[in-house]
Amino acid sequence: MSDSASTATPAGSASKVLKIEEAVIRIAGNSQDGIQAIGGFLARLAGRSEQEVMTFMTIPSTISGGPSIFQVRIGSGEVLSAGDEADMLICFYQHSYEEHITSLKLGGIVLYDADHVTPKPEWEENYRHVGVNISSLTVEAVGGTGRDKGKNIFSLGLLAKIFDLNIPKLTKLIEERFGGKDPTVVQNALTCFNAGYSHSFENLLKTYQFYDAEKKDKHQVVMNGNEALAYGLIAAGVRFGAGYPITPWSDIMELLRRELPKYGGSFIQTEDEIAAISMAIGASYGGRVAVTGSSGPGISLKTEALGWASMAEIPLVIVDVQRGGPSTGMPTSVEQSDLNICCFGGHGDSPRVVIAPASVEDAFYTAIEAVNIARKYSTPVIILTDQAIATRIEAFEEPDLEKICQDISPDFTPVAEHKPYDLSVGDGVTRHIAPGTRVGSGKYPVVTGLEHDEMGHPTGSPKLHVQMTAKRRNKLRKLAWDFPKVKTYGPNEGQILLVGWGSSEGPIREAVDRARAVGEAISSVNLKYINPLPNGLEEIFRGFRHVFVVELNDEGLYGYGQLAAVLRARYCEPKIRGITKTDGLTWKVKEILDRARTLASQQV
Amino acid sequence: MSDIAIPFAPLPRTGIGLSDALVTIPLESDRKGLTKKEVAADHPTWCPGCGDFSVLALYFKLIEKRKIWHEKITTVAGIGCSSRFPYFVQAHGAHYIHGRALPFASGISLSRPDLHVFVFGGDGDAFSIGGNHFSHTARKNIKMTYCVMDNWVYGLTKKQTSPTSPLGFKSKTDQWGAVDYPINPMKQAIAAGATFVARTTHTNPNHVLQMMEAAMDHDGFSFIECLSECVEFYEGAFDSSNPRKGGAFNLVPADHDVTDEFAAYKLADQPFPGSFGIFYQSTKPTKNAKEAEINKSYSDKFKGLKDWEILKKNFDKLK
Ligand SMILES: Cc1ncc(C[n+]2csc(CCOP(=O)(O)OP(=O)(O)O)c2C)c(N)n1
Ligand code: SF4
Ligand SMILES: [Mg+2]
Repeated sequence: MSDSASTATPAGSASKVLKIEEAVIRIAGNSQDGIQAIGGFLARLAGRSEQEVMTFMTIPSTISGGPSIFQVRIGSGEVLSAGDEADMLICFYQHSYEEHITSLKLGGIVLYDADHVTPKPEWEENYRHVGVNISSLTVEAVGGTGRDKGKNIFSLGLLAKIFDLNIPKLTKLIEERFGGKDPTVVQNALTCFNAGYSHSFENLLKTYQFYDAEKKDKHQVVMNGNEALAYGLIAAGVRFGAGYPITPWSDIMELLRRELPKYGGSFIQTEDEIAAISMAIGASYGGRVAVTGSSGPGISLKTEALGWASMAEIPLVIVDVQRGGPSTGMPTSVEQSDLNICCFGGHGDSPRVVIAPASVEDAFYTAIEAVNIARKYSTPVIILTDQAIATRIEAFEEPDLEKICQDISPDFTPVAEHKPYDLSVGDGVTRHIAPGTRVGSGKYPVVTGLEHDEMGHPTGSPKLHVQMTAKRRNKLRKLAWDFPKVKTYGPNEGQILLVGWGSSEGPIREAVDRARAVGEAISSVNLKYINPLPNGLEEIFRGFRHVFVVELNDEGLYGYGQLAAVLRARYCEPKIRGITKTDGLTWKVKEILDRARTLASQQV
Repeated sequence: MSDIAIPFAPLPRTGIGLSDALVTIPLESDRKGLTKKEVAADHPTWCPGCGDFSVLALYFKLIEKRKIWHEKITTVAGIGCSSRFPYFVQAHGAHYIHGRALPFASGISLSRPDLHVFVFGGDGDAFSIGGNHFSHTARKNIKMTYCVMDNWVYGLTKKQTSPTSPLGFKSKTDQWGAVDYPINPMKQAIAAGATFVARTTHTNPNHVLQMMEAAMDHDGFSFIECLSECVEFYEGAFDSSNPRKGGAFNLVPADHDVTDEFAAYKLADQPFPGSFGIFYQSTKPTKNAKEAEINKSYSDKFKGLKDWEILKKNFDKLK
């Protein structure tokens, strides 16, 4: 808790109130304890209070439960990561206590369920221990059914008390969440909440109060990255998709399956990922950019069809929600190890576009950009997101939907004649006409995975293969000029440039802030456009002594992470080096800084 | 972070400028039915005598007879000799990857109810690499017509055993004769839940056309197994079904009840040459219709709302 000194004593209250900028709260228990729900409520409340918020959670990959945590960082200023260390740990079990105590700041508060946790004397010196009989008090509150379901809401009440949270807003959130069902459900939830809220800490704890956040002109919306991405696709005008379930991609397909019919569209659950991408390509060919997606092994299965889309130059959006690999790997952990397959996976020279959102809000807008790039350049576009963005909740300014929502319905007006793969057009970009479109000349195009002539008919001509290969490549070179200029975070000259992509952006920026605060010349860039790379990076690199690429993947045989290897190949720049890790967890700010400082002290 | 670097833009229609249109497009009302010449595209690359020629000729006939316009059909195929079909047809078409023509075609069918999708392909494409897609497209009853040109061999890759090759067939991958039990396409289709299952052979053109017409008129997944001889790698495979070669072409018995799944299965169990005609047909609602029904329940509810207003309702709940 970055508490500023000011201490206030509200009238009528004997306990001290301490004003704070932000707080990191970690809740640890088992997956069936509804821990995510507490986090969700806190995040939504932060959104409604115009505060910034970011969450981080782990869920076991088995359904029967297992240890699970939810960490939420709420701040009145900018929040860039879920926080390295927690200010407060709520733990439901002995294992949660023992596993997570080290994630707490020295002097931090452990709020433990005294029914299940026995504090360890050696830790009692370093952390403030406060025991509450969370389980039994919950059972007591809801009428002694003997079940402690609801202890999450009881704990939310405790937190509301400690952090002086806005009770009317929280009550409303609880009512919204549990309303509509059996009225006793809402009643029980509120009973649990009130029981927690009225629990007396007897001066064991002071009350913390967040500084008011800066007033924002617009409402904030609160959602996770998968939701933002899926809604972005809808806003972009996508009305058809197909997929096969796999964590953490499933949320996106479930949402689209549920929502698309409202817009006259559909999302189809297919028999496998190959069918999914094939169906999406078929629908795209039908005239309107469609979406497919997957995670881990499902991405591998899609590569043959992806190559077809490159060859036939069909617009398509493919979502890859990265998780730990290879094979089934680490289904619920984050990793950024699919960059290679997304940029290069498949046989032959098969150029495609790869773009990576850096935050939940960015996922929404990236989805729209992906659709626009796919249409404009008639190409498959991969949205390379990851498990961390997928599952974390953020609050962001509500998009201006009226302005943003696009209509991408196909145009079927007849054309006089048509050559999809016309080599004479200036921009080299293929234009397809959707089936259903009359062609006056009576000559209809075919789309194919065989090398083809301008009408799409197969050819074995060496010359045409050279020309068509160049055409497919050059349009992406052209796209690179369409990308906005990359900006550095921090000055564009200095000692160290940290290069990141995807979910690492937040912690990297926070690392830059921290380093600059102590006088270190560190800046960063985030690469959203991975394939093709944006132009002008060499100029940025020139301004720094070291360029470190920070990514969540293995350093590989030759010592560089996947993006680092691409950048080294592209720029032949020995000062580009890699900072990688594969523990399945998001970057901590401290980790990045420690690694960067050490690496900078080593000779190239 | 909240700006869209590549904004939405209307697309140019085609590489060739429309303003200097070289061809005038006749009015819809002035259109006459297409002639064979108008529906034929590339000259087929098949070996002379290949059974696939007749299937193509009868597809042209179907288009002519039923007065289908170029733009109202889409011809889709996977990979194989037979799968080269779309290049030979003057209409919108797609030559997709090996075994996956059905999901591709499903994408068109489900998003474009105004088109009729025809899929053509071989036995390897359908029942080996594409076997799983066959089952699922059939069970979902996605509206399209699928004609498998079964030659009991891999033609394009030059004589390997196919999933329909009979036991003992000598191929490059079974020099001693095939040892794996073959698939029975009719049984496969019936068991998977296809709602139209028919069998024909390229040597009986009238029958092929009849089956194609019936399949096209069927509202659902219509499957035709069309025996189509590979003269190059499996000559004479179907002679015993060809009266001109001393074989027998037997129609499905007149009293066969096409809605009786078990009777259909019995027909499918006959030894070669078996019967030709419609084995099974039922009228289950299609996936296309079911999805449309789901959509209708919403279009009533959201009547008059623009897309962004519908999305706004979700966002309001996320505040
Ligand atoms: C993924 C993949 N594997 C293998 C092939 C090679 N291949 C092309 S066609 C074919 C078999 C074709 O047999 P069939 O489907 O019966 O068609 P036919 O040529 O007999 O008409 C094979 C194995 C391929 N194109 N793609
Ligand atoms: S190889 Fe066989 S199937 Fe292929 S074209 Fe020749 S005859 Fe027809
Ligand atoms: Mg074959």
